Amino acid sequence: MHKLLTDSPGEKMLLLGNEAIARGALEAGVAFATCYPGTPSSEIPENFFKISQESDLYFEYSTNEKVALEVGAGSAIAGLRTMVTMKHVGLNVAADPLMTLAYTGIKGGMVIINADDPFLFSSQNEQDNRYYARLSSLPMLEPTNVQEMKDMTIAAFDLSEELGLPVIIRTTTRLNHIRGDVLLGELKPVKTKDTFEKKPFHWVCVPAVSRNLHKLLLERYDKSAEKSDNLSYNQIIGEGKWGLVTNGVSFNYVRDAVSDLGISDKVSILKLGFSWPMPKDLCVKFLKQVEKVLVVEELEPVNETDLKAIAQEEGIDISIRGKGIAGLSRLFEYDPGMVRKAVAQYFEMDYKAPETVDTSDTPELPGRPPNLCAGCPHRATYYCVKQVYGPDAIYPTDIGCYTLGLLPPISMADFVICMGSSVSSGCGFSKATDQKVVSFIGDSTFFHSGITGLVNAVHNNHKFTLVILDNGTTAMTGHQPHPGVDTDPMGVDLTRISIENLVRGLGVKDIHIVKPFKLKKTIEAVKASMEYDGLSVIISQEMCPLFAKATGQFKKSKPFHVNHNKCKNHRDCINLLACPAMYLDGEQVEIDKNLCIGCSVCAQVCPENAILPLKE
Amino acid sequence: METKRLVFIGVGGQGNLLASRLVGEAAMSMGIPAVVSEIHGMAQRGGIVESAVLLGDVTSPIVSTAEADVLIGFEPLETLRAMGKCNKDTVVITNTHPLPPFTVSVGQGTYPQVDESLDLIKKKAKKLIALDGIAIAEEVGNPLALNMVMLGALIGSGTIPIGAEDMKKVLSTSTKKAFLESNLKAFDLGMEKAQ
Ligand SMILES: Cc1ncc(C[n+]2csc(CCOP(=O)(O)OP(=O)(O)O)c2C)c(N)n1
Ligand code: SF4
Ligand code: SF4
Repeated sequence: MHKLLTDSPGEKMLLLGNEAIARGALEAGVAFATCYPGTPSSEIPENFFKISQESDLYFEYSTNEKVALEVGAGSAIAGLRTMVTMKHVGLNVAADPLMTLAYTGIKGGMVIINADDPFLFSSQNEQDNRYYARLSSLPMLEPTNVQEMKDMTIAAFDLSEELGLPVIIRTTTRLNHIRGDVLLGELKPVKTKDTFEKKPFHWVCVPAVSRNLHKLLLERYDKSAEKSDNLSYNQIIGEGKWGLVTNGVSFNYVRDAVSDLGISDKVSILKLGFSWPMPKDLCVKFLKQVEKVLVVEELEPVNETDLKAIAQEEGIDISIRGKGIAGLSRLFEYDPGMVRKAVAQYFEMDYKAPETVDTSDTPELPGRPPNLCAGCPHRATYYCVKQVYGPDAIYPTDIGCYTLGLLPPISMADFVICMGSSVSSGCGFSKATDQKVVSFIGDSTFFHSGITGLVNAVHNNHKFTLVILDNGTTAMTGHQPHPGVDTDPMGVDLTRISIENLVRGLGVKDIHIVKPFKLKKTIEAVKASMEYDGLSVIISQEMCPLFAKATGQFKKSKPFHVNHNKCKNHRDCINLLACPAMYLDGEQVEIDKNLCIGCSVCAQVCPENAILPLKE
Repeated sequence: METKRLVFIGVGGQGNLLASRLVGEAAMSMGIPAVVSEIHGMAQRGGIVESAVLLGDVTSPIVSTAEADVLIGFEPLETLRAMGKCNKDTVVITNTHPLPPFTVSVGQGTYPQVDESLDLIKKKAKKLIALDGIAIAEEVGNPLALNMVMLGALIGSGTIPIGAEDMKKVLSTSTKKAFLESNLKAFDLGMEKAQ
């Protein structure tokens, strides 16, 4: 049995933040869950995927976040308790349905998990999605620890049904990926079916309907504002004159700072757990009981600005500051030391930060950036394309493991902003320049948002080459399936969509299917694409070896080694491929037989045929 | 209880996330409040993986610069790189077996001599416990047991209020049967080295 299905209320379990959210949903009787994966949210659906195979939960990996939210909307409007999870930039993709779903509202509780990523541990930006709550007028909850991640999830379902609105839970990477004790509650029975009630003049958002719905949303918003004033997730802790306002993970930094500095009797902490709508009465009460205020919030000065507005309205004339105090910046994550220092400085305390050891004598250390795995098929595809198109072609790329093609010696990533942009920006680059353009996109990303770009490329007669890196999985985020995957080895029977048929159906004329570990044939196909005067698509098919291993599909091959009698030390292997299984032993290239998966790519690159399978 | 802040640093695939989680489990089994902090994602593709365990009356899931009580490094270069987490009272435990990054293989930068790195660390830390965890793992016939060796060394160092028996109980319930014996052996040898 899956550990999150353990039916033992009152017991404690060490859970990852994301597991706590999944558990909270189960305790709330979630019936329906959808997502598109994305770090740091991915472990929630990973758990749902497994749980759905042994319970009544319906779960799907949807094609992208917009689809996930719309599928979830259907379920929630029919009346089922529904959860939709995504990373912060996923909400940009889902923003269109979000904004108007706020108008219609829902019937069954709907909770949207939005995982922000301050410091960009695994993201293309660090936008602050608290603005989405403001933009949509939807309620937002922000847990501060693992227990609250579970408890608030349950509360969010109840709140959602009570208000008739989707509720957004905003987490940040640190919270998604901490582990802590969680007190388990009861698993609620699940309602797995309901009946949709027709109400076209409510559910169909034509202008005449939406005018009324906007009014309804504002009424519901007012009701949620009352709730936020009264729900215990918003709280004033302490009675001191020094005011501290905080939310999310920063609450811990503030709490620890207060205890480290020994100032509990001097401070009042306003903890914003139900952070939107702002609990206005509580804020006023707080502002009236303190003499000055420091707002501790990662990323944008959202609470700071709103508190200033409330103070202005109420004629409360005290100093309210946040950004710019000590190290409190709009950039990156906060940490306990930084917050302790800021609190001490703002309230004019004597404080000496702990001193770090002297590291001035440390020599310059070689970097350790992440890298494509040994035997990664993306490396082989990149090699072949570069052999033909050279270093000067424009290489728009996309988001996934293959973005690591940015690093030398591959160095084949020239532009990426968001998922799907490789294809559409390729259209722009190829029209606006006379340079050759080869765009790279992963298979999961192609389904997510590459198809529309390709339709555009065909329709508008763009001329460039698109390489679809079909490794049979969504590797970067933890090997989730996608519509092009054979899901049988993962234990579910879903319909597989052929990328080739899809591309053909879109009207692409020049299509090449290649196996990237066969370098000669792959290079021939790439050459043909370069000679073709029009839009070419190369589909490079080879399963991610990590995924293959995890699902019992890996075909073991002998590892390779360098025959030193043949090796002339040109080092093409290292200079052109740099598979991490290779290393230098003195001046001699060696292959670590424990890392090598025997893909044979380096053996085909070596002009001396010095790389050979190891004879056991 | 007194607060203890532990930082685990390693390279994707070395298993430091499991090690920090097991410390959290052991603490929980003893009723010691614990927060474990991990970062999943991009870095796991051969990059640097950091995790932290905070024991006692703290709830912040991060160890700031200069605030580690114990630094557990799974790779000597990465231990040296993470020294900024340490102050003069920090105990450093490191594996000495190098795992050069691919930047070194492709000739960008040189890998610092392990002895010199250890000397630098020794000069800065309150105490350095250095052991060849890979050699021990190979000795017990389980090359993946590095994290067990390092856990053993952590418990052996006496820096945290978790005893060998409590730790082993958790290991026994969370390791596959086939590896249990070699894991426990690796743990014991790591502990011996650190005592
Ligand atoms: C809008 C959005 N959603 C999700 C993500 C997270 N994410 C980054 S890459 C990726 C998928 C990568 O899969 P694929 O394209 O198949 O490439 P692979 O990693 O397998 O090489 C995802 C889901 C994101 N960056 N942006
Ligand atoms: S996980 Fe798979 S796709 Fe990603 S770098 Fe490794 S081998 Fe390549
Ligand atoms: S055969 Fe060569 S390229 Fe392939 S995994 Fe082994 S060392 Fe790397």
